[in-house]
Amino acid sequence: MAEVKEKEPLFSKKNKRLITDPLNDNNPVTIQVLGICSALAVTVQLDNAIVMSIAVMAVLVIGNVVVSLLRSFIPPRIRIIVQLVIVASLVIIVDIVLKAFVYDVSKQLSVFVGLIITNCIIMGRLEAFAMGNKPWASALDGVGNGLGYGFVLIVVAICKELFGSGSLTIPGFDKFQFIAEGSGYLHNGLMLLPPSSLVLVAVYIWIQKTRNKKLIEEH
Amino acid sequence: MEYFKLFIRAAFVDNMIFAFFFGMCSYLAVSKTVKTAVGLGMAVIFVLTVTVPVNWLLDTYVLQEGALSWLGPEYASYDLSFLSFIMFIAVIASIVQLVEMIVEKFSPALYGALGIFLPLIAVNCAILGGALFMQQKQFGDIAEATTYGLGSGFGWFIAVVLIAAIREKIRYSHIPAPLRGVGMAFLITGLMGLAFLGFLGFNI
Repeated sequence: MAEVKEKEPLFSKKNKRLITDPLNDNNPVTIQVLGICSALAVTVQLDNAIVMSIAVMAVLVIGNVVVSLLRSFIPPRIRIIVQLVIVASLVIIVDIVLKAFVYDVSKQLSVFVGLIITNCIIMGRLEAFAMGNKPWASALDGVGNGLGYGFVLIVVAICKELFGSGSLTIPGFDKFQFIAEGSGYLHNGLMLLPPSSLVLVAVYIWIQKTRNKKLIEEH
Repeated sequence: MEYFKLFIRAAFVDNMIFAFFFGMCSYLAVSKTVKTAVGLGMAVIFVLTVTVPVNWLLDTYVLQEGALSWLGPEYASYDLSFLSFIMFIAVIASIVQLVEMIVEKFSPALYGALGIFLPLIAVNCAILGGALFMQQKQFGDIAEATTYGLGSGFGWFIAVVLIAAIREKIRYSHIPAPLRGVGMAFLITGLMGLAFLGFLGFNI
């Protein structure tokens, strides 16, 4: 008698958790502490943050699927190099696409597009998830972690741009200037400098861990 | 004197961690004790000083537009700069591997100290970031590139040792529970970054 294996539905409960977990309790930036470099550096303007999150998510999803498909062929000893080559080729494609369609943003992101290669989220997820799971689950994991990364980036970028220069820039639209110069609120230039994103992420972690006591570390 | 200025600028004004957040992941991971921080810091100085000049040679003689003209006039129109990401990361990964083998062979004591950190470095953004900034700054000769690599590595070393010293002491103080660990490390780095901003107006 042939064994009929029940097929797992595409969006089963387990698969849904793959997407929702990274948004909250297992956020790649604030809890797993991965991919901080780019998360902090590209948040001066909202559009940079949005473009960067989409780029990282694209590389993460495609890279996860490719590595997951190849996982039984990759020799374990050289897996890091193989993963690096796959990610680097994807990043080259992303870089060319960004230069073609959003040239200004790609100029502002400068070296940070190239640094997606060494973004720890990507290497971390490839190593921890895609090497041991099926392609579809890996793709969902990529989407989830990409969203979790993007969410932190966008929250930090909104705070920085709104309080630092009183405006919000969304790709494809004009700049929205909410608070004009000299309307009572003095633009806080400190928000535009690098250290403020560190403080903002620290506050984000503080709020998140206050709401969920399970995440608190012992020093 | 020119090189000294470049060194100071790379180490303090354009500090890898406080100005660009390069290598934050390993920075947060190893800064729990001063000893491991010194180990990884030394390894980063070493690898940056070696890889930046090698990548400079690669960029100048192979990748840039017209860089291949030394092969003959018909090669002068090639522009391979789109390959730079993959070439840089390949060079970095292989040099790290090579350095690991050489150190293991000739200096077991140093290998014992750096050993576990060397493989980590291949995926440290500070190393690839150094190479990409080198490409952007268009240094004139290899000595400048080497100085830049040394200076950036030194800046990273200082930052990671400083934070590790603070984190060792802060373990004994009373911090709000949700902020313990990573949260506090972010906050301290932010404050240190503010202090390092003082170097920004420096004109050397």
